[in-house]
Amino acid sequence: MKKIASLSVLALLGALTACGGGEAEAGGPVTLRMTTWSSNPAHVELFNGIAADYRKTNPDVTVTFEALPLENYTTTVTTQIAGGNPPDIAWILEAAAPDFVASGALTPLDESIENAADLSPAATALWRQDGKLMGYPFSTSPFGVFVNTDLLKQAGQTLPTGDRWTWENAVAAASATAAKTGKQGLVVRDFDYKDWTNLATVFRGWGAEAWSADGKTCGFDQQPMIDAMTFLHKAIFTGKALPAPGVAADFFAGESAMTIAQISRASLLKEAKFGWDLVPLPAGPSGEYSVIGQGGLGVLKKGEHAAAAADFVKFFTSPPNSAKLAQFFPPPRQSQLTADTLAKANPLLKPEQLQDVVIDGIDGGVVKPSHTGNAEISQAVRSALDPLWKPGADVPGVLRGVCTAINPLLAK
Amino acid sequence: MTRSFWTTRRRDQLTGYVFITPALVGAVAFVFLPLALVVWYSLHEWNVLADTFDFVGAENYRQLAADPNVPAVLRATALFSIGLVVLNLSLALLLAVLLNQKLRGTTVFRVLFFSPVVVSLLAWTIVWGFLLQDNGGVNGLLAAAGVEGPNWLRSGGTAMASVVVVQVFKNVGLNMVLFLAALQGVPGELYEAARTDGAGAWTVFRRITLPLISPTILLTSIITVVGSLQVFAQISVLTQGGPGTSTTVLVYYLYQQAFQFHAFGYGSTLSVLLFLIVLALTVLQWQMRKRWVFHES
Repeated sequence: MKKIASLSVLALLGALTACGGGEAEAGGPVTLRMTTWSSNPAHVELFNGIAADYRKTNPDVTVTFEALPLENYTTTVTTQIAGGNPPDIAWILEAAAPDFVASGALTPLDESIENAADLSPAATALWRQDGKLMGYPFSTSPFGVFVNTDLLKQAGQTLPTGDRWTWENAVAAASATAAKTGKQGLVVRDFDYKDWTNLATVFRGWGAEAWSADGKTCGFDQQPMIDAMTFLHKAIFTGKALPAPGVAADFFAGESAMTIAQISRASLLKEAKFGWDLVPLPAGPSGEYSVIGQGGLGVLKKGEHAAAAADFVKFFTSPPNSAKLAQFFPPPRQSQLTADTLAKANPLLKPEQLQDVVIDGIDGGVVKPSHTGNAEISQAVRSALDPLWKPGADVPGVLRGVCTAINPLLAK
Repeated sequence: MTRSFWTTRRRDQLTGYVFITPALVGAVAFVFLPLALVVWYSLHEWNVLADTFDFVGAENYRQLAADPNVPAVLRATALFSIGLVVLNLSLALLLAVLLNQKLRGTTVFRVLFFSPVVVSLLAWTIVWGFLLQDNGGVNGLLAAAGVEGPNWLRSGGTAMASVVVVQVFKNVGLNMVLFLAALQGVPGELYEAARTDGAGAWTVFRRITLPLISPTILLTSIITVVGSLQVFAQISVLTQGGPGTSTTVLVYYLYQQAFQFHAFGYGSTLSVLLFLIVLALTVLQWQMRKRWVFHES
């Protein structure tokens, strides 16, 4: 039925183009739609600025940016594709990258990226299929810890530095600050006891992984994960260092002492009424580590104006625009990953913060967990982890349950 | 002499068809066609991202039979429906009986209980989401009374109950108004006659009120059962099917399969299952009307 419907639509379009002489491709006005997950006014202003610059040389092309809520982002884009209304260009979360890249839904971008040799191989690994670049990771953003120094001071705490910046000490400081101030301690942003992939910023400190590098073996029942989750469980329910399930707290509104987030969030601190600092993730028992969250952009093959979209992507990702985007989204271009370049774009961050968190973070960072069929696996992990989020939970038992739930999916 | 083709009978028939055409076109375009398409999709494996649409015959139905999640999903669906129907109908009837008394201020209470019906479902649910947080308004009230409230939306036992109660408060007003209308249609002389015969309040309610409003009870129960099986927004906003899969009802599960896991074919199969369940329950209730619905004629 779908095929018949598509064929009749094609036939109709064919007839129309025959009459109209195929004007659409010959350069009539084109409106490109790019879906994003950011409605941050500062981001939107920057995107609109780049689109306006593009229009100066391409007066027929208008680019609109459609901000969709992050929690349903991939679902919304997929629904648009299913409904025959795909965006021309879509941001893609790293979690969904394996599915998008492997499915053949995207147009290769190798021709559309200027000076592609400059791209960091580590940053683009997730976005390649058979050597071809299917998505451009415009944001390769390490996670750091934002600290409300005023709250810590109020609680008589000092931020542990150097070798003392460990998970043990970070949680102790968060716990003491929460107890003293009545605010929350440490918030793993966007985790909310649902999006467990954000916990990679914690469990990688124990050397734990959700699954093996080849994606075939579950890592939840391994000793490093059991140790990490036992520590986390104790920090939540005994130390009260993290908000309990169902408790909302926004660091950027001054409601918590620390938060683990990406540097693109720094723009939320422009008018902060409290003193703050940004430091790398604390060291875990397995030493120092860093975790990267990525956002890529891809041109949908099924989009109406794929060629025009690819041309806009070329402009959007060109070195000058990449440098502008760098104020929020650390670029994959190695030549721009210097403290100098980043400092120009990030007036809110000090050079040593950029060096420690961003440049060193990207250098040694590992991208958050992702897998083909990611949504189904993530949902299974989330359900199986739920029994962990209450006092007195049997941590190793719950984690074994996670593996039982996802092993059949990993084997697919 | 040949009779004209346009006999009165034929003309009447044509007029009838012309009158029902708009409704028929709407029903075909928005009900029967989508229904047929869903059945058609359920015989295919349709991956939106990969743009594949392959005929797989009964494979999705075999997957449905073997899906280890389905029993838990059906259990959650049944629990939600039973909880909602029992609580909603009994509360609606109780409110209707109370507000049917000729007392001062009943109009104010009628408006009060009906007003959630006209509030946007999402807005209602989001506000309740805040109230039911661990540090939210409900537990704040309980704490003021010296009681430590549970983590409503995060513990297995209370999550489903919370979703049911939020939905009951939202829609109980509609059934209440329907019951009120039915109660006011009960002839007063029947009550008088019963009282003259010495019947008590409970006997009057059981022997006169209930039988006479039974058509409305049937109607509201069908509407409520069918509505309860289609619950989605409340689950999506309040619990996302958790904790575990304790609130993953059928519609939420089919949404996950189709829209989150990109398995539109299997999602369609689950919709067919939902359709059959709703159909079976409606037919069953319709059959039961003969037994317990009182008709004057």
